[in-house]
Amino acid sequence: MTVHTVLRSPTREVVIGDDQPFCIIGERINPTGRKIFQEQLRAGDLSRIVIDVAQQVAGGAMVLDVNMGVPLADEVDLMVQAVTLIQSLTDLPLCIDSSVIEALDAGLATYQGKALVNSVTAEDDRLEAILPLVKRYGAAIIALPNDEFEIPYEPERRLELARKVVDVATNNYGIALEDIVIDPLAMPIGADTSLVTKTLETIALIHDELGVNMTLGASNVSFGMPDRLTLGATFLAIAMRCGLTSAIMDARAPQLVRAVQAGDLLLDRDPWGASWIAAHRSQQAASNP
Amino acid sequence: MNQEELLKEMYESTLLGNAPAVLELTNAGLAMGLSPETLLFDSLIPSLEEVGARFERGDFFVPEMLIAGRAMAGALEVLRPLMIETGIEPVGTFVMGTVKGDVHDIGKNLVDIMLEGAGFHVIDLGVQVAPEKFVEAIQEHKPDIVGFSAFLTTTMPMFKANINVLEKAGLRDQVIVMVGGAPVTQEYADAVGADGYASDASAAVKKAKELLARKRAVASA
Repeated sequence: MTVHTVLRSPTREVVIGDDQPFCIIGERINPTGRKIFQEQLRAGDLSRIVIDVAQQVAGGAMVLDVNMGVPLADEVDLMVQAVTLIQSLTDLPLCIDSSVIEALDAGLATYQGKALVNSVTAEDDRLEAILPLVKRYGAAIIALPNDEFEIPYEPERRLELARKVVDVATNNYGIALEDIVIDPLAMPIGADTSLVTKTLETIALIHDELGVNMTLGASNVSFGMPDRLTLGATFLAIAMRCGLTSAIMDARAPQLVRAVQAGDLLLDRDPWGASWIAAHRSQQAASNP
Repeated sequence: MNQEELLKEMYESTLLGNAPAVLELTNAGLAMGLSPETLLFDSLIPSLEEVGARFERGDFFVPEMLIAGRAMAGALEVLRPLMIETGIEPVGTFVMGTVKGDVHDIGKNLVDIMLEGAGFHVIDLGVQVAPEKFVEAIQEHKPDIVGFSAFLTTTMPMFKANINVLEKAGLRDQVIVMVGGAPVTQEYADAVGADGYASDASAAVKKAKELLARKRAVASA
């Protein structure tokens, strides 16, 4: 069973699915941990976003995540401005990312097309607040299998919570199964070297049991470790084999993007290696003008 | 091995996170007549300080911090009862927890380990700690510092809520408040009226010691 999650801008459609190229969601438009960007946003200066969009589009992003979570700023207003600005710069579909309900609502109201929403958890009050928005705006939703009590360590428990979100979203809110993308929870390998195997097992389990698309924050995995790109590239390749169909990742890093493209080819999602060869040619052309 | 060599060896073994060696050296040091205080303050704590310094320089990585912390924790298990017997105080007492509504605890746990490595007595209340729970723990344990951890922009406002509850309970002046977590900034910490903020586990230890030293200087002045 292949499930297709379709995202749209006014002029472009991106499909997430296990018979599609792996969907690279650019993570960069996010002020967390970026002091200068935070200050700029607080001052109403969105110029950095122009650079972030250009770099990620050039790097191979297919969707752009937009997070405006700046402490002590008007996140709702920033989200509206950012979505408007980004849609004037690129035709890639967007992933509206906030833990503030009003910011999700405002971002979705502003967005032209079918967005991805990042994210809802399995907490009842979050489901009740966010799923109606997803339905109203005809968006797709990323769901995290944690609740108000825990971030489960065991894959079986993550599956249970993922199943809960799927059941509530489809039965109570009439959201299509293909519009639910589960985040199997990527955690830093540096904190505990068993954490990533748990993520990989979760991916395989959700793939087998629910068959839905999955995405995750790939950069979490290498946090606190040296040579983050090699870890990220290797993780992505393994995760793809387990059933991951998308990642929120650093689309500016050729090492990561090439790993994903290689994964597409090696997992038979790139007939005749045409995309792989084309990417090689354009790289050659760029280095020998 | 003389006493000086033992302390040096223990320092190196802690730095490398060799828990069995650190434990063995702890017992050997005690047998040799070294006091728990000497082992702690002349070897273990300086070693963990070096771990923190290397981490800040980018020479050490998170697992190395964790394994050194674990090596030290093994030694502390032996030393702590002896120190309690002889009435030696820990560096300070730290009550810690993630705020109500937040279940993300990886960062908090790292901070715990580094604080213990610096000689703090850490009381970790876990995740989803309601303001009243912090109040109860502060009344019970009389910590020098309380730490609030939040991973989400939506749970960060609990810092302010917790501080308000501490004020209402008449405890705000008795305890240093530190805050931290991925989205937290110095500006935010200032805005909610926290006493300190740090961006990672190593910096948190440094900040905790600095705030504690300042408080004690004021108290003794």
